[in-house]
Amino acid sequence: MNNAVTTAGLTVDSVSKYYGDFPALRNIQLRIEPGSTVALLGRNGAGKTTLLRIIAGLAKASEGNVQIDNADVREESTRRRIGILGHSISLYDELSAQENLTLFARLYGLDQPEKKALEWLERTGLDRVRDGLVREFSRGMRQRLAVARAFIHEPDVLIFDEPFTALDDRAIAVLQSLLADAHATGKTVILSTHQLREALEIATQVAMIQRGQLVFAGTRTQQMVDDTGWLYRTYGEN
Amino acid sequence: MGTFWSGVWTITQKDLRSELRTKEAFNASLSFSLVILVLFSFAFDNLEDQRAVAGGLLWIVFSFAGALILNRSFARELQNDCLDALISAPIPTSALFLGKTLANFFLLMLVEAAALAVYAVLYNAHFGKQFWPVVLVMLLGTWGLTVIGTMFSALTVNLRMREMMLPTLVYPLLIPALMAAMTLTTDLISGMPLGSDNTIWLRVLAGFDIIYSVLAVVFIDIVLVG
Repeated sequence: MNNAVTTAGLTVDSVSKYYGDFPALRNIQLRIEPGSTVALLGRNGAGKTTLLRIIAGLAKASEGNVQIDNADVREESTRRRIGILGHSISLYDELSAQENLTLFARLYGLDQPEKKALEWLERTGLDRVRDGLVREFSRGMRQRLAVARAFIHEPDVLIFDEPFTALDDRAIAVLQSLLADAHATGKTVILSTHQLREALEIATQVAMIQRGQLVFAGTRTQQMVDDTGWLYRTYGEN
Repeated sequence: MGTFWSGVWTITQKDLRSELRTKEAFNASLSFSLVILVLFSFAFDNLEDQRAVAGGLLWIVFSFAGALILNRSFARELQNDCLDALISAPIPTSALFLGKTLANFFLLMLVEAAALAVYAVLYNAHFGKQFWPVVLVMLLGTWGLTVIGTMFSALTVNLRMREMMLPTLVYPLLIPALMAAMTLTTDLISGMPLGSDNTIWLRVLAGFDIIYSVLAVVFIDIVLVG
């Protein structure tokens, strides 16, 4: 990974999202400082994934907007700065590992896409199976390849939706190492997870959503790590 | 602009590689068109009858065979949520759309070329002199079919009944293009050259392609992102 420090601040300004009449998000205001790691918490159905999709530019807000360093997230130059790892691997089963990574390296306009793909296959321990089709891979190998896909363009803002769910030990180790690198190089990380302890240990900021509304946003404190239920007891519904 | 076309070509290559590796839609489309041509060859004994329905028969085969390819176009992206990764990539959604349209166009042209060869043998059609005009009509008609089909493939991708919805929505819109392509193809196969009598249909076909290509490129972002 590039050791140059590049940071990006993110502003979620009055974002609301409606599905028909149903308000999935209501007037979310959030300022994420450059280089911070934000744990986005909330129960199932609270609106975390919807908010992450809007932040990633995968869906448009019904009202409000999201900006990274004062540029809209749907601008191409901004999308180039975002890396996403969602519930699914977002890789093509009928393509090989190298073909998948080369495809995304090309889409992100990277120089020498084949070389870049190979470099990330080596980093994730998949270089020996680079010509194997993804459909023939074990679950753990697919997950590591998905991590490589999310990081290949060295994004400034990393968005993870349940990143540790269903990862095997090796994939978790790869992801944790990359997250540590990202933190060290001042990348902004937003992660939504149910694994509170892991998330809170690496987070510098915490945001909590409940029924589409932001009920807490602030600095992560030691109390939150020591007592992971405290946030839900204090700000959540009974 | 170079980045735009590089994005288009990357998506086209990816779709062609995926399809030619699995051959799911291509094989279904090719076998469907050949079976229909064989079955209809039993229905018409008279050479005049065969020539009179040539355009209609060929374009019905092409459009139904096309639906099988077009249905897979965006449905392919649902597996592993690949569409999210494509939408989040820094290429315009119009480049993504055009890349997929081009891939569908190439695949359908391959199917049509095979179908046309089989048609020529089974129906004893000799259109050697009209070969290039026939190719021109096929190119224009197929582009219209794939532009609208790819757009509606994106629009219906999350519907449970998308296999049925795509043709239901696409064919009514295709009526002007199909009428033009059918009339021109029948004329050409009957030995009538492109000229003053039928150039109006060629203009209809070209105009249709231009209008729907522009509309699709303008509205694809709303379809994919909202």
